[in-house]
Amino acid sequence: MIPLSWYVLLSAALFTIGVVGVLTRRNVFIILMSIELMLNAANINLVAFSHYLQNLTGQIFVIFVITVAAAEAAVALALIILLARNRGTVYVDEFNIMKG
Amino acid sequence: MINQIVFLYFAAVIVLSAVLTITRRNPVHSVLFMLLLFFHIAGVFVLLNAEFLAAVQLIVYAGAILILYLFVVMLLNVDRESKSDRANRFWPWIVAFGLVIFAEIGLLVARGSFPLEGGQIMNKTGIKELGIDLYTKYLVPFEIASVILLVGLVGAVMLAKKKND
Repeated sequence: MIPLSWYVLLSAALFTIGVVGVLTRRNVFIILMSIELMLNAANINLVAFSHYLQNLTGQIFVIFVITVAAAEAAVALALIILLARNRGTVYVDEFNIMKG
Repeated sequence: MINQIVFLYFAAVIVLSAVLTITRRNPVHSVLFMLLLFFHIAGVFVLLNAEFLAAVQLIVYAGAILILYLFVVMLLNVDRESKSDRANRFWPWIVAFGLVIFAEIGLLVARGSFPLEGGQIMNKTGIKELGIDLYTKYLVPFEIASVILLVGLVGAVMLAKKKND
Protein backbone atom coordinates (compact mmCIF):
# COMPACT_ATOMS: atom_id res chain seq x y z
CA MET A 1 0.00 0.00 0.00
CA ILE A 2 0.97 3.61 -0.45
CA PRO A 3 1.83 5.54 2.76
CA LEU A 4 -0.27 8.60 3.48
CA SER A 5 2.85 10.77 3.71
CA TRP A 6 3.45 10.32 -0.03
CA TYR A 7 0.12 11.97 -0.80
CA VAL A 8 0.88 14.77 1.66
CA LEU A 9 4.26 15.38 0.03
CA LEU A 10 2.72 15.38 -3.47
CA SER A 11 0.12 17.88 -2.35
CA ALA A 12 2.79 20.04 -0.69
CA ALA A 13 4.83 20.08 -3.90
CA LEU A 14 1.80 21.06 -5.96
CA PHE A 15 0.84 23.78 -3.49
CA THR A 16 4.37 25.20 -3.45
CA ILE A 17 4.45 25.32 -7.25
CA GLY A 18 1.13 27.18 -7.15
CA VAL A 19 2.45 29.72 -4.64
CA VAL A 20 5.57 30.34 -6.72
CA GLY A 21 3.44 30.74 -9.84
CA VAL A 22 1.16 33.30 -8.19
CA LEU A 23 4.06 35.34 -6.85
CA THR A 24 6.31 35.31 -9.90
CA ARG A 25 4.28 35.41 -13.10
CA ARG A 26 3.13 38.64 -14.74
CA ASN A 27 0.38 37.17 -16.90
CA VAL A 28 -2.91 37.20 -15.02
CA PHE A 29 -4.08 33.97 -16.72
CA ILE A 30 -1.14 32.03 -15.33
CA ILE A 31 -1.80 33.52 -11.89
CA LEU A 32 -5.38 32.22 -12.01
CA MET A 33 -4.16 28.80 -13.15
CA SER A 34 -1.72 28.75 -10.23
CA ILE A 35 -4.67 29.34 -7.89
CA GLU A 36 -6.34 26.31 -9.48
CA LEU A 37 -3.15 24.34 -8.81
CA MET A 38 -3.35 25.24 -5.12
CA LEU A 39 -7.03 24.22 -4.96
CA ASN A 40 -6.11 20.89 -6.52
CA ALA A 41 -3.38 20.36 -3.96
CA ALA A 42 -5.97 20.86 -1.24
CA ASN A 43 -8.27 18.41 -3.02
CA ILE A 44 -5.60 15.70 -3.08
CA ASN A 45 -5.05 16.19 0.65
CA LEU A 46 -8.78 16.03 1.41
CA VAL A 47 -9.34 12.84 -0.60
CA ALA A 48 -6.22 11.19 0.86
CA PHE A 49 -7.21 11.93 4.45
CA SER A 50 -10.78 10.86 3.71
CA HIS A 51 -9.46 7.53 2.43
CA TYR A 52 -7.15 6.88 5.35
CA LEU A 53 -9.65 8.02 8.02
CA GLN A 54 -12.47 5.98 6.40
CA ASN A 55 -14.72 9.01 6.45
CA LEU A 56 -16.58 10.43 3.45
CA THR A 57 -16.61 14.06 4.64
CA GLY A 58 -13.40 14.86 2.79
CA GLN A 59 -14.86 13.77 -0.52
CA ILE A 60 -17.94 15.94 0.03
CA PHE A 61 -15.71 18.91 0.71
CA VAL A 62 -13.90 18.27 -2.56
CA ILE A 63 -17.24 18.65 -4.35
CA PHE A 64 -17.71 22.04 -2.66
CA VAL A 65 -14.16 23.09 -3.54
CA ILE A 66 -14.81 22.27 -7.20
CA THR A 67 -18.06 24.28 -7.10
CA VAL A 68 -16.30 27.31 -5.65
CA ALA A 69 -13.48 26.95 -8.19
CA ALA A 70 -16.00 27.00 -11.04
CA ALA A 71 -17.73 30.13 -9.75
CA GLU A 72 -14.38 31.81 -9.10
CA ALA A 73 -13.12 31.01 -12.60
CA ALA A 74 -16.26 32.48 -14.19
CA VAL A 75 -16.10 35.74 -12.23
CA ALA A 76 -12.33 36.11 -12.56
CA LEU A 77 -12.37 35.55 -16.31
CA ALA A 78 -15.13 38.14 -16.67
CA LEU A 79 -12.96 40.58 -14.70
CA ILE A 80 -9.99 39.80 -16.95
CA ILE A 81 -12.05 40.43 -20.09
CA LEU A 82 -13.16 43.76 -18.61
CA LEU A 83 -9.60 44.74 -17.65
CA ALA A 84 -8.19 43.73 -21.01
CA ARG A 85 -10.92 45.69 -22.79
CA ASN A 86 -10.31 48.83 -20.72
CA ARG A 87 -6.53 48.75 -20.26
CA GLY A 88 -5.40 46.74 -23.28
CA THR A 89 -3.06 44.47 -21.31
CA VAL A 90 -3.14 41.29 -19.22
CA TYR A 91 0.04 41.92 -17.21
CA VAL A 92 -0.56 42.58 -13.53
CA ASP A 93 2.30 45.07 -13.14
CA GLU A 94 0.73 47.32 -15.77
CA PHE A 95 -2.55 47.63 -13.86
CA ASN A 96 -1.88 50.83 -11.91
CA ILE A 97 -5.35 52.41 -11.94
CA MET A 98 -5.47 52.63 -8.16
CA LYS A 99 -2.00 54.15 -7.84
CA GLY A 100 -2.06 57.60 -6.27
CA MET B 1 4.00 -2.69 -5.14
CA ILE B 2 2.22 -2.05 -8.43
CA ASN B 3 0.16 0.63 -6.67
CA GLN B 4 3.32 2.39 -5.56
CA ILE B 5 4.76 2.38 -9.08
CA VAL B 6 1.50 3.77 -10.47
CA PHE B 7 1.43 6.44 -7.76
CA LEU B 8 5.02 7.46 -8.48
CA TYR B 9 4.22 7.79 -12.18
CA PHE B 10 1.18 9.97 -11.43
CA ALA B 11 3.14 12.11 -8.94
CA ALA B 12 6.05 12.62 -11.35
CA VAL B 13 3.75 13.69 -14.19
CA ILE B 14 1.74 15.96 -11.86
CA VAL B 15 4.80 17.81 -10.56
CA LEU B 16 6.41 18.04 -13.99
CA SER B 17 3.31 19.37 -15.72
CA ALA B 18 2.68 21.82 -12.87
CA VAL B 19 6.18 23.24 -13.32
CA LEU B 20 5.64 23.43 -17.07
CA THR B 21 2.27 25.13 -16.51
CA ILE B 22 3.76 28.02 -14.58
CA THR B 23 6.84 28.43 -16.79
CA ARG B 24 5.51 28.42 -20.37
CA ARG B 25 5.42 31.73 -22.27
CA ASN B 26 2.28 30.96 -24.25
CA PRO B 27 -0.85 30.72 -22.03
CA VAL B 28 -2.40 28.19 -24.45
CA HIS B 29 0.49 25.79 -23.76
CA SER B 30 -0.02 26.37 -20.04
CA VAL B 31 -3.69 25.42 -20.32
CA LEU B 32 -2.81 22.24 -22.22
CA PHE B 33 -0.25 21.19 -19.58
CA MET B 34 -2.92 21.91 -16.97
CA LEU B 35 -5.21 19.48 -18.81
CA LEU B 36 -2.54 16.78 -18.51
CA LEU B 37 -2.24 17.61 -14.80
CA PHE B 38 -5.99 17.24 -14.22
CA PHE B 39 -6.06 13.85 -15.93
CA HIS B 40 -3.31 12.58 -13.65
CA ILE B 41 -4.97 14.02 -10.54
CA ALA B 42 -8.06 12.05 -11.55
CA GLY B 43 -5.79 8.99 -11.64
CA VAL B 44 -4.64 9.72 -8.09
CA PHE B 45 -8.30 9.93 -7.04
CA VAL B 46 -8.92 6.49 -8.55
CA LEU B 47 -5.97 5.15 -6.52
CA LEU B 48 -7.71 6.56 -3.42
CA ASN B 49 -11.01 4.75 -4.18
CA ALA B 50 -12.76 7.99 -5.12
CA GLU B 51 -14.04 7.05 -8.57
CA PHE B 52 -16.92 9.53 -8.53
CA LEU B 53 -14.56 12.41 -7.74
CA ALA B 54 -12.25 11.28 -10.54
CA ALA B 55 -15.18 11.54 -12.95
CA VAL B 56 -16.15 14.94 -11.52
CA GLN B 57 -12.57 16.10 -11.85
CA LEU B 58 -12.52 15.19 -15.53
CA ILE B 59 -16.01 16.47 -16.37
CA VAL B 60 -16.08 19.70 -14.36
CA TYR B 61 -12.44 20.73 -14.10
CA ALA B 62 -11.03 19.50 -17.39
CA GLY B 63 -14.25 19.69 -19.34
CA ALA B 64 -15.76 22.96 -18.15
CA ILE B 65 -13.37 25.20 -16.21
CA LEU B 66 -10.32 24.58 -18.37
CA ILE B 67 -12.26 25.04 -21.59
CA LEU B 68 -13.51 28.38 -20.21
CA TYR B 69 -9.88 29.39 -19.63
CA LEU B 70 -8.97 28.27 -23.13
CA PHE B 71 -11.83 30.29 -24.64
CA VAL B 72 -10.81 33.47 -22.84
CA VAL B 73 -7.11 33.01 -23.61
CA MET B 74 -7.90 32.61 -27.28
CA LEU B 75 -10.49 35.42 -27.22
CA LEU B 76 -8.00 37.99 -25.97
CA ASN B 77 -4.95 38.41 -28.09
CA VAL B 78 -2.11 37.68 -25.69
CA ASP B 79 0.86 36.75 -27.87
CA ARG B 80 2.71 39.94 -26.94
CA GLU B 81 4.45 38.00 -24.17
CA SER B 82 6.89 36.55 -26.69
CA LYS B 83 8.75 39.85 -26.44
CA SER B 84 8.37 40.89 -22.79
CA ASP B 85 9.36 39.19 -19.54
CA ARG B 86 7.53 36.18 -18.18
CA ALA B 87 8.21 36.75 -14.48
CA ASN B 88 8.75 39.80 -12.33
CA ARG B 89 12.24 40.71 -11.19
CA PHE B 90 11.99 38.98 -7.78
CA TRP B 91 11.57 35.45 -9.16
CA PRO B 92 14.82 33.85 -7.91
CA TRP B 93 14.03 34.91 -4.34
CA ILE B 94 10.46 33.65 -4.63
CA VAL B 95 11.60 30.28 -5.98
CA ALA B 96 14.01 29.96 -3.05
CA PHE B 97 11.15 30.89 -0.73
CA GLY B 98 9.00 28.14 -2.29
CA LEU B 99 11.77 25.59 -1.79
CA VAL B 100 11.96 26.63 1.87
CA ILE B 101 8.18 26.13 2.27
CA PHE B 102 8.40 22.68 0.68
CA ALA B 103 11.38 21.73 2.87
CA GLU B 104 9.47 22.79 5.98
CA ILE B 105 6.42 20.70 5.06
CA GLY B 106 8.73 17.79 4.21
CA LEU B 107 10.40 18.11 7.61
CA LEU B 108 7.01 18.09 9.34
CA VAL B 109 5.93 15.00 7.38
CA ALA B 110 9.21 13.24 8.14
CA ARG B 111 8.86 13.90 11.86
CA GLY B 112 5.19 12.92 12.08
CA SER B 113 3.66 9.46 12.07
CA PHE B 114 1.34 8.61 9.19
CA PRO B 115 -0.64 5.43 8.60
CA LEU B 116 0.73 3.05 6.00
CA GLU B 117 -2.52 1.30 5.18
CA GLY B 118 -5.68 2.86 3.82
CA GLY B 119 -9.14 1.57 4.61
CA GLN B 120 -11.67 0.57 2.01
CA ILE B 121 -14.26 3.29 2.57
CA MET B 122 -16.62 2.09 -0.05
CA ASN B 123 -16.89 -1.63 -0.35
CA LYS B 124 -20.28 -1.51 -2.06
CA THR B 125 -20.95 1.61 -4.11
CA GLY B 126 -19.30 4.84 -3.15
CA ILE B 127 -21.66 7.12 -5.04
CA LYS B 128 -24.65 5.99 -3.00
CA GLU B 129 -23.01 6.75 0.34
CA LEU B 130 -21.73 10.07 -0.99
CA GLY B 131 -25.17 11.07 -2.23
CA ILE B 132 -26.89 10.12 1.03
CA ASP B 133 -24.37 12.17 3.03
CA LEU B 134 -24.61 15.11 0.65
CA TYR B 135 -28.40 15.33 0.75
CA THR B 136 -28.89 14.71 4.47
CA LYS B 137 -25.96 15.79 6.61
CA TYR B 138 -24.61 18.46 4.24
CA LEU B 139 -27.87 19.76 2.77
CA VAL B 140 -27.40 23.38 3.90
CA PRO B 141 -23.83 23.69 2.52
CA PHE B 142 -25.12 22.11 -0.69
CA GLU B 143 -27.79 24.81 -1.05
CA ILE B 144 -25.22 27.52 -0.24
CA ALA B 145 -23.01 26.09 -2.99
CA SER B 146 -25.87 26.50 -5.45
CA VAL B 147 -26.27 30.14 -4.36
CA ILE B 148 -22.52 30.62 -4.96
CA LEU B 149 -22.93 29.25 -8.47
CA LEU B 150 -25.83 31.65 -9.08
CA VAL B 151 -23.68 34.56 -7.89
CA GLY B 152 -20.91 33.45 -10.24
CA LEU B 153 -23.36 33.28 -13.16
CA VAL B 154 -24.94 36.69 -12.54
CA GLY B 155 -21.59 38.31 -11.73
CA ALA B 156 -19.94 37.06 -14.91
CA VAL B 157 -22.82 38.28 -17.08
CA MET B 158 -22.97 41.67 -15.34
CA LEU B 159 -19.21 42.23 -15.57
CA ALA B 160 -18.70 41.16 -19.15
CA LYS B 161 -21.64 43.00 -20.71
CA LYS B 162 -21.10 46.22 -22.62
CA LYS B 163 -21.91 49.51 -20.93
CA ASN B 164 -23.94 51.12 -23.71
CA ASP B 165 -27.15 49.05 -23.49
